[in-house]
Amino acid sequence: MKAAAFDYVRAADLDEVCRLLAEAGDEERKIIAGGQTLVPLMAMRMARPDMLIDINDVPGLSEIEDRGDQIAIGGCTRQRAVERSDLISGRLPLLAKAVRNVGHIQTRNRGTVGGSIVHGDPSAEIPLAALALEATVVLRSASAETEIPLDGFFEAAMVTNIEPEQILTEIRIPVWQGHAIGTGFHETASRQGDFAIVAAAAQVELAGDGTIARAAVSAGGVAPSPVKLRGVEAALAGRQADDLDAAFEGLGDEIDPDTDVHATAAYRSRVAKKLVARAVADAVAEAKR
Amino acid sequence: MSEMEITLNVNGRNRTVSVPPRMTLVDCLRDMLRLTGTHVGCEHGICGACSVMFDGEPVRSCLMFAVQAEGHKITTVEGLADDDGKISDLQDSFWECHAMQCGYCTPGMLVASQALLAENPNPDDNEIREAISGNLCRCTGYQQIVEAVKMTAQRRRAVRS
Repeated sequence: MKAAAFDYVRAADLDEVCRLLAEAGDEERKIIAGGQTLVPLMAMRMARPDMLIDINDVPGLSEIEDRGDQIAIGGCTRQRAVERSDLISGRLPLLAKAVRNVGHIQTRNRGTVGGSIVHGDPSAEIPLAALALEATVVLRSASAETEIPLDGFFEAAMVTNIEPEQILTEIRIPVWQGHAIGTGFHETASRQGDFAIVAAAAQVELAGDGTIARAAVSAGGVAPSPVKLRGVEAALAGRQADDLDAAFEGLGDEIDPDTDVHATAAYRSRVAKKLVARAVADAVAEAKR
Repeated sequence: MSEMEITLNVNGRNRTVSVPPRMTLVDCLRDMLRLTGTHVGCEHGICGACSVMFDGEPVRSCLMFAVQAEGHKITTVEGLADDDGKISDLQDSFWECHAMQCGYCTPGMLVASQALLAENPNPDDNEIREAISGNLCRCTGYQQIVEAVKMTAQRRRAVRS
């Protein structure tokens, strides 16, 4: 359970990070931020990078910024900082609810928002909430900076659409403007803080007549990557908020759960239906207040 | 890669050591600095036995490489006692409540509890349980650990009032 040998560089700025990544050649060079996913992978020798580029001293990667219609979160922002941020609890309550379920205080103190996204664990909570809200990520390399939607970023379990020469510098999450907005987040795990077996995130806006004006819904642990439930969202829109059951009927077609040591595919399907319904019900109840 | 020289502030003292980059912080504390109070259990971030304070916040020292701690402040279980070597009120409550059996998880439990009480002087049972949820006690002595944290909070309230 010891990591294989590697070279270590503590980068001073983003240009140095991008240069080191660009000059990797045949070497595998990995960025280390919080290390809460990468270090266990290295300890188990599932990852053996030749070089670690530490970005903890790189300025400008740890800010949470209000940009009006979106919140921008630096890639190296600690999960604990998100949990403690008044800006996040006020403007992105769904993310605030999700982050409390990420690991434990000790891991949230080190673990970062960017790290959680680039690793693409199928049951991770931050990607789930961000995906529901149609977030985008900013990827930077020595030659270019691109902004891409999170929908499509997750390719498979622990595989994401980031090139070896890129670093995730920022995630941008849209903020809904409106009065009757509510959020809900539910997950089931063996114990609080364990990896979620299934998780569900929902945000809704109610219209003046009590119907759902729009809904954002996603589920984790039910496919190789988190799933944005576009069918459920469409079925919820326009429906009276006290009569939602029919909206979840097509949910089974949108997910593709696997059986593993933690749960069977059938169990995951059943639980997903329940948790999504609960998350939406919580969101509706909150929106009515 | 060859070794790197790093300076860490451990329990208030600057310590300079030479370590290979792949050495975890917990191995550095135990094997290089001979601070064996911090325990090493699973070595992949599950058990919490290696918890230390990093710049005042609890972290798992098996999930950090020692080179990453260069220039930072670390408090281990050895640093929880008062300057004269007397055990802290939290440690005393652990003793009083028999909040340990084999003692393996104890340093991690103490660090997690210390962090909780620093942030929340009046935790309820659920908050205490959540704060130590990242620490496994294989003896399953959780009940007494929760009692000990509560006792510490009560004693501190009594001193203040």
